[in-house]
Amino acid sequence: MQPAESLDRTLAALADATRRGILARLALGEATVSELAEPFAISQPAISRHIRVLSEAGLIVQRVVGTRRPCRLAPGALSELDQYLEMLRGALTRNYRRLDQLLAKQAKGKDKNP
Amino acid sequence: MSELTLTTEGETHVVVKRRFAASPEAVYRAHVDPELIQRWCLGPEGWTMPVCINEGKPGGKIRYEWSNGKGAGFFLTGEILELDPPHRIVHVERMHMPDPTADNRVVTTFVADGSGTLMTMRMSLPDAATRRAMLATGMERGIEASYARLERLSGWSAAS
Repeated sequence: MQPAESLDRTLAALADATRRGILARLALGEATVSELAEPFAISQPAISRHIRVLSEAGLIVQRVVGTRRPCRLAPGALSELDQYLEMLRGALTRNYRRLDQLLAKQAKGKDKNP
Repeated sequence: MSELTLTTEGETHVVVKRRFAASPEAVYRAHVDPELIQRWCLGPEGWTMPVCINEGKPGGKIRYEWSNGKGAGFFLTGEILELDPPHRIVHVERMHMPDPTADNRVVTTFVADGSGTLMTMRMSLPDAATRRAMLATGMERGIEASYARLERLSGWSAAS
């Protein structure tokens, strides 16, 4: 098992929706910082900060091509443990959204379930 | 927005926290009443829980069976150790994939938080062999790995 500190850093990096969006884009292939900034309504310096967090967590790597710094997913960035925790997070997120709806229905007294 | 937090504690525990817009009584009940559990504790889209047994008393048995309707499935068995309604549930559970995984002791607490509830669930991390088995079971991994990863990451970014 990798040290807990490194795992916490990975989880912290994944805890942000913009950073997950960046990873989703990079899953399609290498992209420049400006390409990564495009879908988000935030400044390039803000994107650069997110890229730094992802890079420090070992999830992405950057190379230098002239003035450009294209990013790609780090090979093997997500360990088996990370993958398991992602799976757990995904399953729980879906479960609890369903539970939110169930609780909302109960609160309205419209729960038809016997 | 009540996004869940998932953190590791030491090398063997994971702590999940989530807020709900309902009373501790309602959230607690949704965790012990089989008719309610069966409606939300389903994992990925497309999965159902055809069997849901939760005896709802200390010493009582738990058995949940999941199916993806395409021949894949697995089940969980467990025992309830302590119940302190509506504050706390302590239970032990194991997955059968089909070999049983090591026992996972889970402590779930429900604390009033404004007009809602803060739920905290502290569970044991499965060991490496168990994690491999869980990933291989196909729960969110039934399709080719890179595509599954992309889909999951995209789902996250869209849903958050």
